[in-house]
Amino acid sequence: MEPDQPRIETHSAQPDGAASAAGAGKRWAVLGRWTAAQMTDAAQFAALQASLASTMAPAKSTQTTPSAAATLQDAVWDLRGAQLDHIGAQLLWKHWGRAWPAQLEATAAQRAVLEHVARFTTVPVPAAKITWAQRYYALGTGVLLAVSHVRGFVRLIGQLLFDVVALVRAPRRGPWRDISGHLYQFGATALPITALVGGLIGVVLAYLSAQQLKQFGADSFIVDLLGVSLIRELGPMLAAILIAGRSGSAITAQIGVMRVTEELDAMRVMGIPHGYRLVMPRALALAVAMPLISVWTTLAALLGGMLAADVVLGITPAFFINALPDAVQLSNLVLALFKTVVFGLLIALVGCHFGLRVKPNTESLGQGTTASVVASITIVIIVDAVFAIVFKDVGV
Amino acid sequence: MNVPLVDISKLWTVFKTPQAEFVIHQDLDLTIHHGDVISLVGGSGTGKTTLLRQILGLETPSRGSILVSGEPVSALRAHGAASKVGMLFQHGALFSAFSVLDNIAFALRELGTLPDDVVRDAALVKLQMVGLEAKHASKMPADLSGGMVKRVALARALIMDPPLLLLDEPTAGLDPESADGFCHLLRDLHQELGLTVVMVTHDLDTLFELSTRVAVLADKKVITTGSPAQVMAFKHPFIEEFFLGERGKRAMVLLADKPHAASLAA
Repeated sequence: MEPDQPRIETHSAQPDGAASAAGAGKRWAVLGRWTAAQMTDAAQFAALQASLASTMAPAKSTQTTPSAAATLQDAVWDLRGAQLDHIGAQLLWKHWGRAWPAQLEATAAQRAVLEHVARFTTVPVPAAKITWAQRYYALGTGVLLAVSHVRGFVRLIGQLLFDVVALVRAPRRGPWRDISGHLYQFGATALPITALVGGLIGVVLAYLSAQQLKQFGADSFIVDLLGVSLIRELGPMLAAILIAGRSGSAITAQIGVMRVTEELDAMRVMGIPHGYRLVMPRALALAVAMPLISVWTTLAALLGGMLAADVVLGITPAFFINALPDAVQLSNLVLALFKTVVFGLLIALVGCHFGLRVKPNTESLGQGTTASVVASITIVIIVDAVFAIVFKDVGV
Repeated sequence: MNVPLVDISKLWTVFKTPQAEFVIHQDLDLTIHHGDVISLVGGSGTGKTTLLRQILGLETPSRGSILVSGEPVSALRAHGAASKVGMLFQHGALFSAFSVLDNIAFALRELGTLPDDVVRDAALVKLQMVGLEAKHASKMPADLSGGMVKRVALARALIMDPPLLLLDEPTAGLDPESADGFCHLLRDLHQELGLTVVMVTHDLDTLFELSTRVAVLADKKVITTGSPAQVMAFKHPFIEEFFLGERGKRAMVLLADKPHAASLAA
């Protein structure tokens, strides 16, 4: 056996040869390195557990029963041959049933370690159970939180209105550089990804529709199908969901980081309003960028659909382009544009709302960003459904 | 024990950018013995924190070797590394998703050998050894003050009783009272646990209060090591600036209380 292996050896007889009291007076020598480093090895720890268990008088279970603890208390424990740290001491202390043995032979350093362990090992406090009253209050807290979200959002919309009025009155003082920067960031840099996603969705939609239309011999209706669904519904929705994930989260993260680093407070101290300089430029930029991105996504999807229709149904691009104006009324286009302006405003406002509510710690920043993306996508879909109901008679 | 705990020899650190190379350390030698409390001081950009991270194995030096207990640093990163070295990061680096107790117990619990109640008890013992109360065990790191974060981080670093403890700016960001309290705690733990401590600090109070040795980094190497008084006697522009400037004179009052400084004052 390695000399470092933590173990317990027994010497039944007293070392000086004196007769021991009947039944009691076993002598346990604790040897080896009783340190955390040794416990990293599962095999060594198992051997140690077995060694500890063997000191129990009726050697049946590893649990310290009161009677077994009593016999342990009578024995003499000799730690002088061992190297002991807090983890080793903790194991011994547990083995002794959280009490000092009657006779202990140890060095001063070992005693100091054991005293730390003895002093600070406390009976665990049981976790408090959740009472009905607490659940009732938690429900109330939840309702109040929801109310505060709605109030905050309404206030943000109102503030945006005031800020836009202020901008119209004094356009020369407006934060135009901010607006153009956001326009580039939210709009121009989103073009590749929206085109890719839009184009692929167009291809998939056209391919699947073509399979169905072939069965009825209604091949040419693919233009109507793709035209109405992409221009009126899917193009704006796809663009809005992509932008919500891409720019909505960016807005929350930007403003949230400003909260964490106290930049928001610094702005307030300088008398620069958050609404005018942070919220309005983002809201206006997205309100402008969103319809443009939507048109771009729709065009990419139509292009993808047109190519797929050519391949699967043999409908030429020339025919597709000629038939499209007849298939889709102009009002659909206007409706889609109007919808996306609203989407853009909502995504920016939701992003700002959650960004401004971030608390000055990193965890809150992560939660706020996640909540912002989920909320803005949900709101976009709900508002789209409302549009679908309100304008059900227009352009179809 | 003649094997030094940390042995750094002929260490080179070179940062490369596309335009140029910056040599931070050049043929740097440093030996740290058991029981030392050694402070690394030096101007900004002299690579104190880099050296600390290299001792931990978080960064690899360009050339040269670092041995910890006679073994190369790469051996540190193995299973149960927390039993060989503990690190107190400047901002605590507590796991924000865990409670205080789980933070302290993390390394021990990850071993998977010790039973749960022993792990919990051991973490509670360490929590109280750093001067916190058991009732703080269930708090989350976000709810702690700066001083408490440092104490919890210290308890976490010490959970497996490592012989070597590294501290990065242990008192930075603490108010003077908490800083003093933390200094006393570190000194007590050093005496009780027989720790070897390596720290990077700019705080002269902490330096004089705790250090048995000071190593000065300048001109890309350790220009001198020794007791604070010996180091202050060394002639070098940085040392004069650092120790004998305004700040240094204020902290000297503290040093004057200590016997080994008497020779310098005389």
